[in-house]
Amino acid sequence: MEKEIVIKTDKLTKRFGDFIATNEITFEVYAGEIFGFLGANGAGKTTAMKMLCGLSKPSSGSATIAGFDVYKQTESIKKNIGYMSQKFSLYEDLTVLENIRFFGGIYGLSDKQLKKKSEELIEVLGMEAEVKKLVGSLPLGWKQKLAFSVAILHDPKIVFLDEPTGGVDPVIRRQFWDLIYSASGKGITIFVTTHYMDEAEYCNRISMMVDGVMKALDSPANLKQQHLASTMNEVFFELARGAKRKGD
Amino acid sequence: MKQFLSFVRKEFYHVFRDRKTLLMLFGLPIVQILLFGFALTNEVKNAKIVVCDYAKDQASQQIINSLEAGGQFEVQENLLSHREIEKAFRKENVKLAIVFPANFNRDLLHLNEAQIQIIADASDPNSANALTNYATAIIMDYQQELMHSRKIPYTIVTETRMLYNPELKGATNFVPGVMALVLMLICVMMTAVSIVREKETGTMEILLVSPFNPLLVILSKAVPYLFLSLINLTVILLLSVTLLELPINGSLFLLFAESTLLIITALSLGLLISNVAKSQQTAMLISLMGLMLPTMLFTGFMFPIENMPYPLQLLSNIVPSKWYYIIVKSIMIKGLGFSAIWKETLILAGMTCFFLIVSIQKFKIRLI
Repeated sequence: MEKEIVIKTDKLTKRFGDFIATNEITFEVYAGEIFGFLGANGAGKTTAMKMLCGLSKPSSGSATIAGFDVYKQTESIKKNIGYMSQKFSLYEDLTVLENIRFFGGIYGLSDKQLKKKSEELIEVLGMEAEVKKLVGSLPLGWKQKLAFSVAILHDPKIVFLDEPTGGVDPVIRRQFWDLIYSASGKGITIFVTTHYMDEAEYCNRISMMVDGVMKALDSPANLKQQHLASTMNEVFFELARGAKRKGD
Repeated sequence: MKQFLSFVRKEFYHVFRDRKTLLMLFGLPIVQILLFGFALTNEVKNAKIVVCDYAKDQASQQIINSLEAGGQFEVQENLLSHREIEKAFRKENVKLAIVFPANFNRDLLHLNEAQIQIIADASDPNSANALTNYATAIIMDYQQELMHSRKIPYTIVTETRMLYNPELKGATNFVPGVMALVLMLICVMMTAVSIVREKETGTMEILLVSPFNPLLVILSKAVPYLFLSLINLTVILLLSVTLLELPINGSLFLLFAESTLLIITALSLGLLISNVAKSQQTAMLISLMGLMLPTMLFTGFMFPIENMPYPLQLLSNIVPSKWYYIIVKSIMIKGLGFSAIWKETLILAGMTCFFLIVSIQKFKIRLI
């Protein structure tokens, strides 16, 4: 069976002057897949992700997201993707419900859809008691789960997560990944960057960026086999050993 | 449109949740107007004056008596010569000096015309103005009385000199000045800070990834502040009309229209600052430092621009509030129409376009 391709890049490159942040990366991501995008600090992950989201224009190469061209069809891309940045990114001075309504609103959801969606979301997260509380008063783990749920509120084809679980404990991280699995189960493609190697194991396939170049791309099991490693940590060290760039 | 409304509603939440800022927004203009209102009280009681009476005749004595009788003036001393006046102003708390020339009564009776000189300490322009008005009125009363009893048209010509501040800038100047200051500060600072906050917290990225048009982000941020500023303006005007008894001689509609123009100028300037500033603190600092002082100095309501060195006079032209100040004074005080202020309006509009074009260009660059 032919797998549907939702992200396709060909020699995608971003230069800042002489510095090549992302150097000719070529890969494909399939629909419904959880795609891990790994690399040390400064390896070019965030730059690559920004190009895919339409936040940053590529210097050369090509890419299509959900079938739309990153150069010409950024508006269509924006309607089909969700995004959660490494900074926690809801409005702290708005309540849970107001945040949901706002983000639903700017994606153009109708009142009826919004009502249904927000009820669903709150039930899944078990946040009935917190609906009218300001987001700023919630614990970080809850905020992140909420931020993820808000990012997929408009049923995007792909959701980009930029180090979504930074700074939370393993239990919350596990719960967060449950949400990711359930979204993936609904057919949403997950594109996630992370530092945590245990999280890398949760992905269907992972890619490894070193110094702006994509050094590896396969399933975690295959990668471990290829590098004769028992954990993803070892794979990471093996691949990142030759890195010249210092973390930023 | 619905997206836009969601955004505007969110901005209102931000404003109303932030109690401290809200308090500042509405407290600042009220406090300023009240302060200026009380500082500029026009009531005159027991003002100390000196008299320099070269005439020492019946008429001059009668006038001095009626000056004292009213309770507004308290004659401190009778000076012997003109030269002591300046000294009296400097040393004592003397507000006014009245000089009767020699032969005052004789001139009045034989030439039917006599002169009195009133010299005021105009470093406090308002009280100087009020005091000379009182003094002139009392002298005119005396003149009327005289005419009545003798049926001859006597005229006493009062010659008024305002020391230190010949232009007599003051009372009516403060309200337009405060309006300019408040609108500038609030709009510039609020827009700058609220845009930079989105950048700082990372929500700006989310907004840029969403299909929401970045230009609409700016527009929806402008709406609440425009709205609040217009309320603020109304409060200032109400206070100044009721409390300071300042007239609004011209068209109220024109006044609001011109104010809206200044608010838009300020909003676009705020947008420009938000492009440069990396943090909320920086944005606030740039807005305060970069605007408070120039606005205070160069608007013309505190320090007359005509008295400044020429280079500073030139510099004052780039301060938007200066033009707004001229516009407001023309409408409120002089009661003039649009034909009198179209030039100033054009200048303000030009500045707004400039700020908008530059900042939107920069804003776009940031997206790539």
